[in-house]
Amino acid sequence: MLSILRTIWLTFLHIFHKTETVEYPEVKPYLPPRYRGRIILTRDKEGEERCVACYLCASACPVDCISLQATEDESGRRYPEFFRINFSRCIFCGFCEEACPTYAIQLIPDFEMGEYDRQNMVYEKEHLLISGQGKYPDYNFYKNAGVSIGVKGKGEGDHEEKPLDLKDLMP
Amino acid sequence: MKEALNIAGVLFIALTIAAGLIWVERRLLSVWQDRLGPNRVGPFGLFQVIADTIKLFFKEDWVPSFSDRPVFIMAPGILIITILLTFAVIPFGPDFIVFDSNIGILFFLGNSSLGVYSIVLGGWASNNKYSLIGAMRASAQMLTYEVFMGLSLMGVVMMADSFSFNAIVEAQKGGWFIVPQFIGFIVFFIAGLAETHRLPFDIPESEGELVAGYHSEYSGMKFGMFFVGEYLGITLISALIATLFFGGWLGPSFLPPVFWFLLKTFFFICMFILLRASLPRPRYDQLMKFGWKVLLPLSLGNILITGAVLIFFK
Amino acid sequence: MNIFFYIAATVAIISTIMAISGRNAIHALLFLILSFLAISVVFYLLDAPFIAALEVIIYAGAIMVLFIFVTMMLNVGLERKMENKWLNPRMWIVPGLLAAILLFDLILALKVSRTIPVGNQVIQPKQVGISLFSTYLLAVEMTAILLMTGVIGAYHLGSQKKKVMHRFLEKKIKTC
Repeated sequence: MLSILRTIWLTFLHIFHKTETVEYPEVKPYLPPRYRGRIILTRDKEGEERCVACYLCASACPVDCISLQATEDESGRRYPEFFRINFSRCIFCGFCEEACPTYAIQLIPDFEMGEYDRQNMVYEKEHLLISGQGKYPDYNFYKNAGVSIGVKGKGEGDHEEKPLDLKDLMP
Repeated sequence: MKEALNIAGVLFIALTIAAGLIWVERRLLSVWQDRLGPNRVGPFGLFQVIADTIKLFFKEDWVPSFSDRPVFIMAPGILIITILLTFAVIPFGPDFIVFDSNIGILFFLGNSSLGVYSIVLGGWASNNKYSLIGAMRASAQMLTYEVFMGLSLMGVVMMADSFSFNAIVEAQKGGWFIVPQFIGFIVFFIAGLAETHRLPFDIPESEGELVAGYHSEYSGMKFGMFFVGEYLGITLISALIATLFFGGWLGPSFLPPVFWFLLKTFFFICMFILLRASLPRPRYDQLMKFGWKVLLPLSLGNILITGAVLIFFK
Repeated sequence: MNIFFYIAATVAIISTIMAISGRNAIHALLFLILSFLAISVVFYLLDAPFIAALEVIIYAGAIMVLFIFVTMMLNVGLERKMENKWLNPRMWIVPGLLAAILLFDLILALKVSRTIPVGNQVIQPKQVGISLFSTYLLAVEMTAILLMTGVIGAYHLGSQKKKVMHRFLEKKIKTC
């Protein structure tokens, strides 16, 4: 009985407490940089697309919302011919970001994606691709990987040594 | 002419308060839960009421094909009619009363016992198991609590020597009945909560277990009538508490009596909302047990003691 | 005054006829409630407001709710076969005749005996209470005892015996 009265009194005292909620569109909450929101495709420092169309994100996606088609340019560099994310299926789990070997696909702290038409939730490559580097600046996949393509020969990467000449006796 | 004015005034006040309560309740609950509440439509969100009403009016008024059509349509009307009829015998001021009946309290009790039908029939006519369970709970709960509601008022009747509300208010000129009739007040307040099936006693419509209980099948303005009926019920019980235990329209003369009455009523409306904000819902059998084993002996003892004291001092 | 009486009486008669002839149990009960309400209006017009209020509170408000409650739970209304068997003319021709004789008797008696004019003063609740606890004290007390037996009986039937053993174990012991 006394505890009930105490409950009522304590609830009444909440008149003098500060409100916990904010008025959303005017006051926005702080979202940490690692918040998993809208998905973007980034470019490297040179302004080239980071995506090498390896399909890892598409296969990692648990709801199959990513579809893309790989192609190559004249220098032998792979890039996606189209890259489509259906955000009405996306669950923002971030698996694609974890799967991506080139830091191309990234989730950013933006969640305001409401649309009246469901078709507008399907984002094409031109909607996804930004001109910046996103969360991981100064990273260029080709500068770190040993693969040789038209833009870079073998052993010309940042942390690479020249390939060994097997026929040479010198150390 | 005066009667017509009184009827119009009572209806206007009752319906305005009931409609305004939609907003008041949401705002007050938000205050007690550290939220902001509806504040977008109009100043302080006051037009939320109008927005809600428009929404209810334009919703599809669906009568389920499996329902008992005439009973289904009749049920919400019964609730509104019985509650509004009771407002007729409540004195809003010394002359501001529609019908000064000499059986006022009995009139209220009769109307509140007829109000049960609205919920029972609404739940039954929906032809839905959840609604039926809600109706079953409602009928048991309201039947039980009507008993104590009537008994708790008998102390007041004995002290005022009349069933008429106006006579009861007049009898409180020497002092409010809350002091000698404190137990009666407590029992009446709890019974009033159960009678309007408000939280924490909203077992008939507990949304967690029964979806919405007796009104799950209702939509549009028929649901709106249940909704407004609930607020009218709160207003009614608060007005009764103010009249019976807190001197009704009596008060210092620097304000008109109607204002005092409304002020007291509003205070108890806020109490109702505060109880909703703070207390959890008891289980069904706990509610019944509490009623029969605690409140019934309390109210009977109250009658006994009041009668004995009155006889002793007369 | 008179016209109100006749309106209320007509409503009472019609709704009672609907109540006993209705097919749907709940609808029949609703008509019965309407009949009670009409009768309470009649009481009120006969200057007995206290009885009118009690009629609404107790009969229409409390007892009929219980009736509806039970009917609701039984979910009747679909099976009419049994009812048709009960309602064949041969079953009720004798009771009907007897009832008709009684009605005739009643009309005759009403016609012969002089009616007591209804007093014009309103019977206050206080008077009802005083006569209940002085003139009719014995009847009131006996009714109270009767109701008390009902309460005790209901308590006895409704009380759950505390089970010491789980019901599965009980079954096992019985079968052993």
